[in-house]
Amino acid sequence: MHRTGALFGQFKTLEQQKDTATLGMWIFLVTEVMFFGGIMLAYTINRHTYFHAFAMGSNTLSLLLGGGNTVVLLFSSFTMAMAVWSAQTSRKGLITLFLSLTILLGFVFFGVKYVEYAQKFHHHLVPGKNFDISYCVNNPSKCEDIDAADMAKEREELEVAAKADPDLNAHAQLYYSAYFGMTGLHALHMVIGAGLLFWLLRESVAGRFNAEWNNPVDIVGLYWHFVDIVWIYLFPLLYLIDRHK
Amino acid sequence: MSENEHTEHIVSPGTYLAIILTLLALTGITVFAAFVDLGRFNIVAALLIATIKATLVVLIFMHAKYAPERTKLVIIAGIFWLAILLFMTLSDYASRVDYRGVRYPMTQIIVPSIEQRG
Amino acid sequence: MPEKHYLNATYGIRSWLLTTDHKRIALLYLASVTFFFFVGGFFAMMIRLHLLTPNGYLLTPDLYNRMFTMHGVTMVFFFLIPSIPAILGNFLIPIMIGAKDLAFPKINLLSWYIYVVGGLFTLWSMVNGGLDTGWTFYTPLSTVYSNSAVAPAVVGVFITGFSSILTGLNFLVTVHTMRAPGMTWFRLPLFVWAHYATSIVMILGTPVIAITLALAAMERLFGLGFFNPAMGGDPILFQHLFWFYSHPAVYIMILPAMGVISELIPTFARKRLFGYHFVAAASLAIAVIGFLVWTHHMFLTGQSTYAAVAFSFLTFIVAIPSAIKTFNWTATLFGGSISFDTPMLYAFGFLGLFMIGGLTGLFLGALGVDINIHDTYFVVAHFHYIMVGGAVMGYLGGLHFWWPKITGRMYPEWLARIAAFILFIGFNFTFFPQFILGIMGMPRRYHMYPPEFQIYNVMSTAGASILAIGYLLPMVYLTWAAFYGKVAGDNPWPATGLEWKTQSPPLTENFDVTPVVTWEAYDFHNRPDLQLDVPSGKGSPVVAPAHGDD
Repeated sequence: MHRTGALFGQFKTLEQQKDTATLGMWIFLVTEVMFFGGIMLAYTINRHTYFHAFAMGSNTLSLLLGGGNTVVLLFSSFTMAMAVWSAQTSRKGLITLFLSLTILLGFVFFGVKYVEYAQKFHHHLVPGKNFDISYCVNNPSKCEDIDAADMAKEREELEVAAKADPDLNAHAQLYYSAYFGMTGLHALHMVIGAGLLFWLLRESVAGRFNAEWNNPVDIVGLYWHFVDIVWIYLFPLLYLIDRHK
Repeated sequence: MSENEHTEHIVSPGTYLAIILTLLALTGITVFAAFVDLGRFNIVAALLIATIKATLVVLIFMHAKYAPERTKLVIIAGIFWLAILLFMTLSDYASRVDYRGVRYPMTQIIVPSIEQRG
Repeated sequence: MPEKHYLNATYGIRSWLLTTDHKRIALLYLASVTFFFFVGGFFAMMIRLHLLTPNGYLLTPDLYNRMFTMHGVTMVFFFLIPSIPAILGNFLIPIMIGAKDLAFPKINLLSWYIYVVGGLFTLWSMVNGGLDTGWTFYTPLSTVYSNSAVAPAVVGVFITGFSSILTGLNFLVTVHTMRAPGMTWFRLPLFVWAHYATSIVMILGTPVIAITLALAAMERLFGLGFFNPAMGGDPILFQHLFWFYSHPAVYIMILPAMGVISELIPTFARKRLFGYHFVAAASLAIAVIGFLVWTHHMFLTGQSTYAAVAFSFLTFIVAIPSAIKTFNWTATLFGGSISFDTPMLYAFGFLGLFMIGGLTGLFLGALGVDINIHDTYFVVAHFHYIMVGGAVMGYLGGLHFWWPKITGRMYPEWLARIAAFILFIGFNFTFFPQFILGIMGMPRRYHMYPPEFQIYNVMSTAGASILAIGYLLPMVYLTWAAFYGKVAGDNPWPATGLEWKTQSPPLTENFDVTPVVTWEAYDFHNRPDLQLDVPSGKGSPVVAPAHGDD
């Protein structure tokens, strides 16, 4: 195994190696754009056709948790960029600090996601046999985490939506398929990112990164920023469909 | 000669700080805009703001502004191909008109709900 | 034979299974791709045997569905897409650009392992439940109603897609950053340009089928609903997503073969390629425009008429760059000093058969005509002319051309020429009758047919048995030649190109000293060292003195 920073055999200069690796990561990110693009297409078509169901589904999501997660990820992008800067300016202690903060913020994101997903399971909002968009409205005692005011709004919304769309439940299930599909895929990419960050942390603690050699930090940074960009789009698309009612 | 030479441009922490604050502000505006009834333009506003945020992240956090031309080409190619996927497929759905001149977007079968079907 | 080369540099199974040498990885691919070719061929044999009789005595309808599905899945995903790029591309691209290896050798090895794992997974699902949805996996048959092992098969194909993506990524970065000094873009062999264009398609298209198959698998396993009308979903959405990749996929299959032809024709006409820049640009044009035509697979689905017209028009446009290449190859032949070695026989076969296959694509792209021939044997003949008459001929021509470089030994020329003829004859007997069947109205994927179609089906099956011999012969004699063939030397043809300046087989690191390139591609007119009978300038239109770099 080569040590980070050593020149691999097929390259002539370290500069060529860095350049190659960076181009490789950018091209990989383009494949990710197309990958998420496919599910975005599915979302777009279904949202347009079943607007009421999608709006209903969106309003059952917690704006506080979603918005909070957005802020958390944006900050993690900031700390990641700062980690790259620290490496570029050979501030070894700061590299470790900023990488740790990025990982920490990532785990905060996971924690919030876990709370959200657990809530969905509890409220029968997972696609499958038990999916029921009207579960909480019909069984308020089982959904204690929704307060009375929100419950009243949800009941009203459900009535209006059910009149507009006789097959609301099936279509709302499409919304939740999109929700779990898109956030699940995003979370999977974040887990991979966290793994990469742990590897970077280990290398930075061993003092491997400095102004001359910081390519891995740069590259993992590109990946992490991309995952942030995906969430930047997911947040309004999933959480803010029809809030103004 | 391969296209390997470019000097490394180091972006200052001050710039990063300005960007994160801008991103947070834009997030706030997105949420605020969601509560205003803009009808069909709610989605336009949301996507516009998201794209501005994404652009800032790509240009500054990902250093695309200071990257070689080749990187910018890769980024543009990615966005262009995503646009092909989305717009050309949506153009099919958007322009479906049957022999009576009536629009028909997608399957609109009204079926009994899953519970009733058993 | 040189003393030291990449084959004897290290010994032992570990040195092969853990190699990062692009040449050894190419041979690993050769072994596994050949295996899947014969698996796919077995399914083809079952189809053709069954179709000997109109009432289908050999297989049950359900089993027949499984045969054509598994034939398609195996041949498309596990043979055609990897074949030339993963074998010839991997072996040659670093040498052709003057590099020691690809940009990411370990990722190259990972690519092979992913391919093997995905392939074995899909193969396992084929014997454990099979697959009967057609290789196109149309919903809701595949996601709801099929009683076959759709989910594992789809997951296997999903996994293999990453092999394609990583290979494409490796090639793109390598061509950008690893070229030797003096190897400018317009001095690159067209084989490299072809693979660059192919890699663009792999990178931009494969992720879309990845997400599509992932969604289809989740729909099957967890009952999502995007593609299921009973839940408000849309099967046409699946088709849009599926064909967005699968149409460009056919360009992944043909562009590398075109790259091979661009190497063979100048070599065996002893003349520089006519219109180098146009051929390079045409490769890129095919890659880009190829992404804009996918809906021509969906003309009869009830899509928007306006969209259909637009896509039909674009389908006609995409034929233009292919035509430019065909004209340029032909113009290269004109005034050349042509020899009929085996690779050239395959190149000639390609020219004729690709042209027929390509032109029949225009029939299918015409909206009115397509109403009658969609989903008939006309389509089957069309794509087999391109994929077998085109891509496989290119693949075999390339294998023969570079076999002396890969193994250091020459194959038996006369036996190879006979095999090429057998293949050509067998191919035409197999697939030409299918055009007629299609026009007469025989639908594809049907296990039985009206008795008046039998004569053509019998002809087709007879042809297939001849075709099979045409495939078996090279397998046997190429393997024999690798061990016992005549020692070939550095440049047996002779041909231009950096790979022919190295020893045969090459050293592990390809070059002792990094070459510095000061010459253009296909410079036959400027190579006294090759001692060729190059056509003189008089009376023939093309041999110009070398000019500076473009």
